[in-house]
Amino acid sequence: MALGDILIEVSNVAKHFGEGETRVDALRAVDLTVRAGEVIALLGPSGSGKTTLLNIIGCILAPSGGRVVLDGEPVFDGKWLRRDLRRLRLDKIGFIFQSHNLLPFLTAQENVAVVLDLAGRPTEEGRARARELLDYLEVGHRAMVKPALLSGGEAQRVAIARALANRPRIILADEPTAALDGARAGLVMDLMRKLAVEQEACIVTVTHDEKIFDRFDRLIYLRDGRLADA
Amino acid sequence: MNLALKDIRHGLFRFVLTCFGLGLLMTVVLAMIGIYNGLVSDALAVVKAPAADVWVVEAGTKGPFAEASSIPADTRDAVARMPGVAEAGAVNYQNVEAAHTGQTLRLYVIGYEPGRPGGPQAIAEGRGIGAGHFELVADRKTGLLPGETIRLGRDRFTVVGLVEGAMNSGGDPAVYVTLADAMALQTELDPAAQRVQTARGAVSVKSASVATIIARMSPGADVDLLTATVRQWKHLAAMTQVEQEELLLASVVDKARRQIGLFLGILLSVSAVVIALIIYTMTMEKLKQIATLKLIGAPDRAIVALIVQQALILGAAGWGIGLMLILTVKDYFPRRVVLEPFNVMVLAGIIAAVCLLSSALGVRAAMKVDPATALGS
Repeated sequence: MALGDILIEVSNVAKHFGEGETRVDALRAVDLTVRAGEVIALLGPSGSGKTTLLNIIGCILAPSGGRVVLDGEPVFDGKWLRRDLRRLRLDKIGFIFQSHNLLPFLTAQENVAVVLDLAGRPTEEGRARARELLDYLEVGHRAMVKPALLSGGEAQRVAIARALANRPRIILADEPTAALDGARAGLVMDLMRKLAVEQEACIVTVTHDEKIFDRFDRLIYLRDGRLADA
Repeated sequence: MNLALKDIRHGLFRFVLTCFGLGLLMTVVLAMIGIYNGLVSDALAVVKAPAADVWVVEAGTKGPFAEASSIPADTRDAVARMPGVAEAGAVNYQNVEAAHTGQTLRLYVIGYEPGRPGGPQAIAEGRGIGAGHFELVADRKTGLLPGETIRLGRDRFTVVGLVEGAMNSGGDPAVYVTLADAMALQTELDPAAQRVQTARGAVSVKSASVATIIARMSPGADVDLLTATVRQWKHLAAMTQVEQEELLLASVVDKARRQIGLFLGILLSVSAVVIALIIYTMTMEKLKQIATLKLIGAPDRAIVALIVQQALILGAAGWGIGLMLILTVKDYFPRRVVLEPFNVMVLAGIIAAVCLLSSALGVRAAMKVDPATALGS
């Protein structure tokens, strides 16, 4: 597969919590580059720093040091270089959660369209994009249903549609298949890969799910806050 | 996309129940405001009814409402002849209990001289007193109807007309009779007691005293000059209408007014705390969703709007339900519940302010939520 632009560039990133005797180094001098079209997995035991790295890439957590460049834009270099990190997330990053985290008071279609609505796009555009994605992910027939009435697989596909609604180039997923059976997990990963390739996006997934390891281009291991060989 | 309305619609039943609960609380608040206003309004009704300019009462007293007052009935002629006085009338006030259709009616009997100040201002139904004796005009709240008769003291009176809003500071509805009948009611003994007195050889003395003389001034006449002149008479005192109203509020209903006012203050404080708790709890229950919204990039204004709009909708619904309920039931209260548009709007303003303050607590909590919490399971 031909790889595209560098979308994630993490250089010498470190993160520690606490100071002195209580100091915990969650990440130590991590370097990571992810290109458009790549689907990678972050693996490692609990406490190895996977979620911390995901949160740093998602601009949710500030590193203690290092440099982060997203989609060609430096966003952290010893300090945040942008004040409107939420706008950055809205424009560039899509999130997929372990529990789908759909808003319970919105229908499947509204859960997808809300991203465009928050970005200030016209309602009609959001609605059309939501229908397009839901149809593509084969949950279009459940567009007007609230999350409580969706099956686990349907809800996760709606969550994927929401993550992709704003055509982000970086998709971060935290255990996206944990609640799905093997077949459904494989299907979800295939769909995510297909959309990533079509949108020239990259996907970084934190997972323990060995059933889907073969769906990734790279498996990146973290151990004690450091990248280990794949 | 209005997230606040979508969320309300999602949990509509619960939201409506919450609004209804808040509405009941607002009903109590509005009822207390109405009772407070009613107390003041009732207290002033009897003072305002004669449309007097000056009240002449017994010297050394603050009669006829704050204290008992007794002055000779012929004082009226002396007052009527004073410079600037257009007309004057003698009036008596007393409480009686009378049996009517198997129930005991507590009545405030006002004796006045027909054709002179002191009588009812407007007859709502029937006519005014036309005969010299045994006719009465009753407030509608007595439940008496024109044509009915009722026994007061030793005599039976016929109801000839009805008025509205005539009562004393205790809320007892008023009946108007002639001054002569009122004086007889006040002084005449029961027949058995009269016989005992006669057997003892006691001479029945009918006091020709009244409670007050009400004076109306000619246009441009100096009220203060009249009161000052009257006060020169050692056996009389005089008060202007304004002084009489202030006296009534400051003495007769002051404690009740302050009691209700204090209770109203406590009730408003409790309501504010309840509203704050409801709104804060509503926000706390949504923290995970707010974290999700923040994570997917929702700006602060979208989250603030979600919380503030829901708080204001809750407050407005509670206020509306409360207003609707109190307007429905206010006439069933034994005493008048007077709701002025101003009070209702002030309460709306207070609720809006409480909702905004309460939602500020919720907004503060929401702003502190780490979007990363949405990533957990």
